[in-house]
Amino acid sequence: MKKLINSPDDVVQESLRGMEAAHADILKVNYDPAYIVRADAPVKNKVGVISGGGSGHEPMHGGFVGRGMLDAACPGAVFTSPTPDQMEEATKAVSSGQGVLHIVKNYTGDVLNFETAADLCQAEGIEVEAVVVDDDVAVKDSLYTAGRRGVGTTVLMEKIVGAAAERGMSLKEVADLARKVNAQGRSMGMALTSCTVPSAGKPTFELGEGEIELGIGIHGEPGRERTALKTARELVDYMGEAIFSDLPYKSGDDVIVMVNGMGGTPLIELYLLYAELERVAKARGITIKRRLVGNYITSLEMQGFSITALKCDDQMVQLWDDPVHTAGLRWGV
Amino acid sequence: MITLSQILAWISQLDAVYTENKAYLTELDSAIGDADHGINMARGFSAARKALEESPPADIGAALKAVSMTLIKTVGGASGPLYGTVFLKASVTCMGQETIDEEGLERLFSEGFRGVQQRGKAQVGDKTMIDAWDPAVTALKEARSSGGGVAAMLQAAAAAAEAGRDATVPLVARKGRASYLGERSKGHQDPGATSTALLFAAARDTLS
Repeated sequence: MKKLINSPDDVVQESLRGMEAAHADILKVNYDPAYIVRADAPVKNKVGVISGGGSGHEPMHGGFVGRGMLDAACPGAVFTSPTPDQMEEATKAVSSGQGVLHIVKNYTGDVLNFETAADLCQAEGIEVEAVVVDDDVAVKDSLYTAGRRGVGTTVLMEKIVGAAAERGMSLKEVADLARKVNAQGRSMGMALTSCTVPSAGKPTFELGEGEIELGIGIHGEPGRERTALKTARELVDYMGEAIFSDLPYKSGDDVIVMVNGMGGTPLIELYLLYAELERVAKARGITIKRRLVGNYITSLEMQGFSITALKCDDQMVQLWDDPVHTAGLRWGV
Repeated sequence: MITLSQILAWISQLDAVYTENKAYLTELDSAIGDADHGINMARGFSAARKALEESPPADIGAALKAVSMTLIKTVGGASGPLYGTVFLKASVTCMGQETIDEEGLERLFSEGFRGVQQRGKAQVGDKTMIDAWDPAVTALKEARSSGGGVAAMLQAAAAAAEAGRDATVPLVARKGRASYLGERSKGHQDPGATSTALLFAAARDTLS
């Protein structure tokens, strides 16, 4: 394993130290229990918005803490859910009496830990609503599985819902909006290479030269199929079809999209992929109103990318355009 | 009558049992999960035993609540909140009590079971710890209603939990990470049902 670290055990903690030092104007870090919080928290008369999950997906979630997005984020160990004590303390730190929204990605550990945290917060008199993101079309959604995984829509939700809370919307309004974003967002990813979890020391899975994994999860979980390498055009055709046929989207729809790098993909390739996505959307009569191209929800150093599409209305676009000031996203300020 | 010192002995025993079975539980979990169940359970119950030693609880409810909070903070993954909920709900049934009788024992385990059922939303047959919990609690209640004492209740519960654990082998997982494997989860014993069977065996050995 070749990584720019000191010791596998200290990766998360030492990275948090760097983040705090680099972005002291935006955020503060609490180390025990660990959470990243807006420097000006709690913000008066505002619904708090927090999220959390395993580390290794940076900039999500800590990089989205700041004005117009998250009030706090709880980092777990790499690819491992944080624990309820982190979520409870983060919730208290951002609570201004208007209630707090928990944005939870659909993994059994994350869901159970956030539910437990919500119980603890409610016992302390803080009103909490939780919204679960489950947007990964690569995974079968049925009564017989834990349901779809939560991936790229989380980033778009954190931006839109964060703006809504900043505008002063109520907890119920913010939670309803979050559920709407989840219902209208779809994602799919693919990998050219595996990633290596620092404490494991070896790649999570093996891919042969010329092999790719279609439908990969953000922790290197297997997806739909392992297949031979395809061109960017073929990949975006396949993933675009999987996403746009799932909702289903129809001609005349407006979308916000994200072409996201998994951590080890150069921007030259991500822009090339974005051009292909514009082509696919146009052929279906779908208008891309806003877009993100870059590394936003990563899997350590994995090479690969994901596409997220969110069917949007005017309100979502306006909230998207609202000012945001975080380490990972910044405009209008 | 079950005393506070027996409850403390049960938690110490769980620390020993999960430490002893750390590799075994992790191996079961690596087949159909994410290969950390044994490590997580051993870490959680060691921390729970230490917490009870460092600040001795005044009664059984306080002891179980301290165990719950420690598990929730230290186990992680899905098992932390699930076992944490068991002990949290169980603690509510015996707050302020220094001893519990047969009725109290039944309430302790049935409330703990109800909590884990609500939290995990799994049914019998989903290949989860519920497959051990459900028959164990049923057997415990039956033993009491047919006039059995604490020893008979825990004997029956432990045996039923083990049978439930064995019955998970041919099942297809429908909850948790293993559910994504579908048919491929067949033929593997569920790690959560296994750790639950160990929990009841330790109760039989220390609370009777």
